[in-house]
Amino acid sequence: MRITNLNEKLQYEDVWVVAEMLLDKIHPVTYELLGAARALADYGASRVGVIVLCSKEPENPTDLFAFGADKVIIVTNPQLKGFLDETEAEIIIRLIEKYKPEIVLGAASSRGRALIPRIAVKANCGLTADCTELGIDFESGDLLQTRPAFGGNIMAIIRSPNHRPQMATVRPGVMKSITPDYSRKGEIIYEKAKLNNQAAFKRIIESITKEENAVNLTQAQIIIAGGRGVKGAEGFDLLRELAAKTGGAVGASRAAVDSGWIPYEHQIGQTGQTVQTGTYIACGISGQIQHLVGMQSSALIIAIDKNPDTPMMQMADIAVVGDLFEIIPALVREI
Amino acid sequence: MKIVVCIKQVPATNEAKIDPLTKRIVREGLKAVMNPFDAYAVEEAIRLKEKCGAEVIVISMGPEKAQRCLREAVSLGADRAVLLSDRAFGGSDTWATSYVLSKAIEKIGQVDLVICGKQAVDGDTAQVGPGIAAHLDFAQATFVMKVEKVDRRHIRVQRMRENGYDVCDIKLPAVITVVKDINMPRVPTLKGRLASDEIDIPIWRPEDIKADIEKIGLDGSPTRVVKTQPPKARSRKTIRIEGSPQECAKQLAQRLREEDSISGANI
Ligand SMILES: Cc1cc2nc3c(=O)[nH]c(=O)nc-3n(C[C@H](O)[C@H](O)[C@H](O)COP(=O)(O)OP(=O)(O)OC[C@H]3O[C@@H](n4cnc5c(N)ncnc54)[C@H](O)[C@@H]3O)c2cc1C
Ligand SMILES: Cc1cc2nc3c(=O)[nH]c(=O)nc-3n(C[C@H](O)[C@H](O)[C@H](O)COP(=O)(O)OP(=O)(O)OC[C@H]3O[C@@H](n4cnc5c(N)ncnc54)[C@H](O)[C@@H]3O)c2cc1C
Repeated sequence: MRITNLNEKLQYEDVWVVAEMLLDKIHPVTYELLGAARALADYGASRVGVIVLCSKEPENPTDLFAFGADKVIIVTNPQLKGFLDETEAEIIIRLIEKYKPEIVLGAASSRGRALIPRIAVKANCGLTADCTELGIDFESGDLLQTRPAFGGNIMAIIRSPNHRPQMATVRPGVMKSITPDYSRKGEIIYEKAKLNNQAAFKRIIESITKEENAVNLTQAQIIIAGGRGVKGAEGFDLLRELAAKTGGAVGASRAAVDSGWIPYEHQIGQTGQTVQTGTYIACGISGQIQHLVGMQSSALIIAIDKNPDTPMMQMADIAVVGDLFEIIPALVREI
Repeated sequence: MKIVVCIKQVPATNEAKIDPLTKRIVREGLKAVMNPFDAYAVEEAIRLKEKCGAEVIVISMGPEKAQRCLREAVSLGADRAVLLSDRAFGGSDTWATSYVLSKAIEKIGQVDLVICGKQAVDGDTAQVGPGIAAHLDFAQATFVMKVEKVDRRHIRVQRMRENGYDVCDIKLPAVITVVKDINMPRVPTLKGRLASDEIDIPIWRPEDIKADIEKIGLDGSPTRVVKTQPPKARSRKTIRIEGSPQECAKQLAQRLREEDSISGANI
């Protein structure tokens, strides 16, 4: 909604989180979003609401109270099993119109990145993507949203002064959940979904879930990434060993993906995923710009390369000079 | 079938240099190119055209020089191109950008399918595709990795999720956004190059697409970029570790422990 005066603005109050659902289960990123929402609500003395859309009653919705929610709005409908963007958007828009939240947060997941922009356009409000920091402007009370753009090369601070609600997405792994307090109580509200012919937009024929440890690069605290220097699929077995030992995930450069050594889901960079991890270990990756834009915001960057003068070795916080086929097995033994 | 492909012109990162002090990419003076993901959108449209017959129209909102990307798409096989260019469009956020593109799509008329890239490498939001679908009230499928089949009423796609993919039938008209593994873009033929040199690219202004002037540009945009700043520089000096593999591994493991990198490790 476009806001024309202060009275209108004041009608919008709560901080909402759109729960990230995965086959009727609440995905952990929801708790991270709740942590951020709680802090914003505390600052503005307002309440935290969570929107849960599911095909059947979710298990333990009261856990959401422990993680900071004051109110949980549940919409169940058998059709909401798979992800129907158009339908979910319509339902949430109606809830927004009814309850008038001031802020709405969603996950910048493949689902959130499809759903939230559709809602924002139809609800006529601004949406900031992939926020890394959220705060409240002291004077105006507006949400200040910080986000990286241009592959992490600039940080933009964004505001939506004349529209409510103010919407933002946040990547998994960026915000922190609060320590759960299971004595916290809240209110559960059931809302009905009138589905009309919305479902005609899309029919999900089947959902394929890859069992083999799903590549969750954006949530990993440590990423072991390999490039052309890894020399083959067997080389990646070595990286997997190190990843297993450190509780990390395996990433790759485009050169490694294009050589067919590892699937595209692992690719990091301009045409792959952008990660912002705790520790990034680049093994045999020279560090061309298109790769760097996908990982340079990581907290600690380590490079292992035979050649000490590559861009990656120069940008790294720790540069280990040597043959990765000797160093990695030795490292696996050391930790 | 009528297919519209949306192309954004972005600064080329290929030739970018790294600032030795901040260890960040220097953006100034970069050449403008087609957003890399949009090349896959163009390719998919041309493949659909070859398979089931379609008219492919490429559109871009941007400065006049954004024509170059449109010509590139024509050299690859797009039939027509339209540039949306006007001062009044400047400063549009994703809400306003998707509004302008949706008005152009309405003017083109009878469009069955809109194809966008997964995201632009500069603005990086991935919001414009679903935004267009919302303005037009079209169905949508994002992060599409494969188009399985198309008939007059539906398109069957595989759309990517974090841990797999969905196969879905989407009602036409629809908007899809595509990821890199959907195809391998072709290179232009000589004939295509000649065609692209000759083609006339009309420029549409707000009045041409009946855009509400209050919904475009900076004033029509709900979001405001208040400030941009460089991210915190990597202030650390590079520590170099050299020596025998065992020695290197020992030192590195030591550092990892000091940095608390492997506290979550399942050792
Ligand atoms: C439009 C566009 C988009 C792109 N998108 C991406 C992207 O998303 N992601 C991406 O990664 N790239 C991308 N690229 C490609 C990028 O430009 C580089 O070609 C690619 O990143 C190089 O991969 P690499 O570093 O693994 O290979 P190389 O540059 O070949 O580097 C291999 C390194 O391994 C080292 N090495 C070799 N053997 C050993 C050994 N035994 N021990 C230790 N070190 C060893 C070498 O010294 C070298 O430094 C893109 C390019 C373009 C044009
Ligand atoms: C630093 C910075 C941060 C920004 N942050 C936000 C923000 O958080 N929220 C917001 O609403 N706006 C934001 N903007 C504005 C936004 O970048 C512009 O609206 C831009 O026109 C489109 O967004 P995008 O680059 O993210 O495109 P994306 O949504 O990532 O692009 C997806 C696809 O849409 C199509 N497309 C996008 N733009 C065009 C175009 N001009 N012409 C034709 N097709 C196109 C292409 O197919 C492209 O592959 C930001 C701008 C800057 C400079």
